[in-house]
Amino acid sequence: MKTLTALFKSNIREYGMLIALVAIMIFFQFATQGILMRPINITNLVLQNSYIIVMALGMLLIIVSGWIDLSVGSVAAFVGAIAAVLMVKLGFHWSLTMLLCLVAGALVGAWQGYWVAYVKIPAFIVTLAGMLIFRGLTLLILQGEAVGPFPVEFQRLSTGFIPDIFNFEGFHITTMLIAVIMVVGLFVMDYRARQNQLRYGFEVTPMYFFIAKNALISGAILGLCYLMASYKGLPNVLIVMAALIALFSFVTSQTVIGRRIYAMGGNEKAARLSGVNTPRLLFLTFVNMGVLAALAGMIVAARLNTATPKAGVGFELDVIAACFIGGASASGGIGTIIGAVVGAFVIGVMNNGMSIMGIGIDWQQAIKGFVLLMAVFFDVYNKNKG
Amino acid sequence: MSNVILEMRNITKTFPGVKALDNVNFSVKQGEIHALVGENGAGKSTLMKVLSGVYPYGTYDGEIYFQGQECRFRDIVESEKVGLVIIHQELALIPFLSIAENLFLGNERAENGIIHWNEAISQTRDLLKRVGLDESPQTLITDIGVGKQQLVEIAKALAKEVKLLILDEPTASLNESDSQNLLNLLLQFKEHGISSILISHKLSEVSKVADSITILRDGATIETIDCHVDQISEDRIIRGMVGRDLTHRFPPRNAEVGDVIFEVRDWNVYHPLHEDRKVSNNVNISVRKGEVVGISGLMGAGRTELAMSIFGHAYGTRISGKALKHGKEIDVSTIDKAIANGIAYATEDRKSYGLVLIETIKDNITIANLDDVSSGGVINEPREIQATVGYREALNIKCSSILQETVNLSGGNQQKVVLSKWLFAHPEILILDEPTRGIDVGAKYEIYTIINRLAEEGKGIILISSELPEILGVCDRIYVMRDGKIVGEMASSEASQEAIMKCIMTQ
Repeated sequence: MKTLTALFKSNIREYGMLIALVAIMIFFQFATQGILMRPINITNLVLQNSYIIVMALGMLLIIVSGWIDLSVGSVAAFVGAIAAVLMVKLGFHWSLTMLLCLVAGALVGAWQGYWVAYVKIPAFIVTLAGMLIFRGLTLLILQGEAVGPFPVEFQRLSTGFIPDIFNFEGFHITTMLIAVIMVVGLFVMDYRARQNQLRYGFEVTPMYFFIAKNALISGAILGLCYLMASYKGLPNVLIVMAALIALFSFVTSQTVIGRRIYAMGGNEKAARLSGVNTPRLLFLTFVNMGVLAALAGMIVAARLNTATPKAGVGFELDVIAACFIGGASASGGIGTIIGAVVGAFVIGVMNNGMSIMGIGIDWQQAIKGFVLLMAVFFDVYNKNKG
Repeated sequence: MSNVILEMRNITKTFPGVKALDNVNFSVKQGEIHALVGENGAGKSTLMKVLSGVYPYGTYDGEIYFQGQECRFRDIVESEKVGLVIIHQELALIPFLSIAENLFLGNERAENGIIHWNEAISQTRDLLKRVGLDESPQTLITDIGVGKQQLVEIAKALAKEVKLLILDEPTASLNESDSQNLLNLLLQFKEHGISSILISHKLSEVSKVADSITILRDGATIETIDCHVDQISEDRIIRGMVGRDLTHRFPPRNAEVGDVIFEVRDWNVYHPLHEDRKVSNNVNISVRKGEVVGISGLMGAGRTELAMSIFGHAYGTRISGKALKHGKEIDVSTIDKAIANGIAYATEDRKSYGLVLIETIKDNITIANLDDVSSGGVINEPREIQATVGYREALNIKCSSILQETVNLSGGNQQKVVLSKWLFAHPEILILDEPTRGIDVGAKYEIYTIINRLAEEGKGIILISSELPEILGVCDRIYVMRDGKIVGEMASSEASQEAIMKCIMTQ
């Protein structure tokens, strides 16, 4: 049997960032005298970071493909502006507006994807141009001013909570029910995967490690949901986010298209010579990013209840940092959805915790930059050792 | 003459879990060409890395004496300072710098950091003359072929006042005439008192130029043969390398050759950048069921270009001509269509074009035919694992598990993964481009066996190879290519190395 330390070492790369996230949360829990884990703050944390996570899902695919997208902040602002003009100035229905906005995002993605995938201009340049183009168009559409407020239904995308079918005073039982279903579901899936591996004679982690890991993850989910249940329950946006995380995890790990994206990022030439239509695949990856940036743009606009020319400035940096903190490789082919989500939470918790502590934006930026560097260093160090 | 220039005593080097070198003794005499042979993984490269300081003093056990002095190199700079220069298999030249700039990279003709270009260029001219390379010093590396690049590497070593030149598989990517050139150069250097260590898989060239041969196997010295005293034969060397007799270097064949399965007619391809240059000129070739057809020719004859243009137009522009399978025209205009029509192409450059190195064996094998292990776009992992495990056994891929990343496999095993990938795509026609390049004798034999088995199953195989013995030993029929044209065709029963070379050389 493997010793505990050997086990820890072989899993540190996979769970390293998760452990770091927990450590950071514990640190801020003390540093903020318990404010971090208060139900209202946990809910806020989710709301504040939802759009970063949504965009990180698309960004991860782009980074795994071997490229980068610097324009997502501007695209989010651009789509937010379109939403504002459609609903506030032209009186479109909110549902039609949302649909049109997603289409607009897809078109933006197609525009950038065309230049990167078919004309073969490096994505860094195309999306740097996009960053300027869509920021400019945002200003143009909004004519330089904030436009709002939005219909209540649209605002609910960001500020609403799921209804409680049990209507219990002071505690959101539906939330807990969903949490329990989720925990059981995750456990069953993980157990099945382990059984499958055993069946094929692969090395698996010992049972006690497996149970401990699942107990920790279940505990974390139940705990966080309990905190949110004692405030207003699960925010709508969290449901959207969780569904997207599940969808993208599935796509990246279980589907043909996911496998091909990793192959393309790992060695574009080999993938092409294996019959993968790499230009089209890369194009679609950018379209996907555009749609997710559009969704994020709407979430931001709904949260602020106005579309402003300055919305989304600097988002791209948090989104890209989330992917790299989560273990994605800048040269492509490596990275996981869960990693990017954990990375986004690392950034989110630090933003939130440092703000509560009253640390100025100057130090916040510097510390965040340092953490990004250390996270990647940790990854590189482990790789060289292993 | 029997002055010893280099002596390595009791060298032992361990990596976590593996003893790569076990008490190796190795010595080189002044002014000799000393060949170092052994299977892949025998420890040749590790030994040279110990020698050149890539593995610094202290990370290995044993002693190194160079010109009578004990050496404790901490890095490659120190070993180069005493005149030990190693030229790696993968050339270390910067493509967009000129020959002169590359020659003095890290060794600039400079004063206070300012380069004397006139001096550098005139010295470059002298050095190029010494290696017999007729190029301007200002030519960019990217504009000259691999053979010439190899010469630039050697000139670079001369610029460092080399006393002992180490060449790791220098002719692996060279054609016959460039290889000849290079070997002659080594003989010339020998006249001038420069010793060399030649690591090579090509036994014919080893027996041609070497004064001594040291055989390594499993990290230990098996024997050192003095070519002037002992009678050497390739069989003896091979026996030493693999530890057993290889009575036949090529497995026996008994495939039945049937009807024509695939044909290319009037195939014309133009260079993708220089659009008026024809790289394939009216090519007509065919392959029968169960037949292995060889394409022989020099580097740059357009063999790879022809193969890739047939495989989904992966190379070239303005492609015209017909591809026929079982007499019916098929569409090969994109790679996925070519694959769907039963064509597979295993590339000559498995690291950059064949494998996704950071991915597992399993993922590499299934990538060209994910449809077979998925339904509705969702991969059925159990089915995928089952299929992959089968290939691991059938092709004898040596690995810890099919979930191992391909980057850590040896060349022969990587090649087997590439072959598995294409077998999994169930092709009827396989184009194999230099399938045994850079892999050892034992693994070569296994690859030949696989080729024979495929032929027996009724597939048509087109084999591109620069090694004439291989073409003669494996193929039923041989095409000879020169300047994008098929200039000869012969049954292998009537062919000989001389006949093929004559066909290549006569204009």
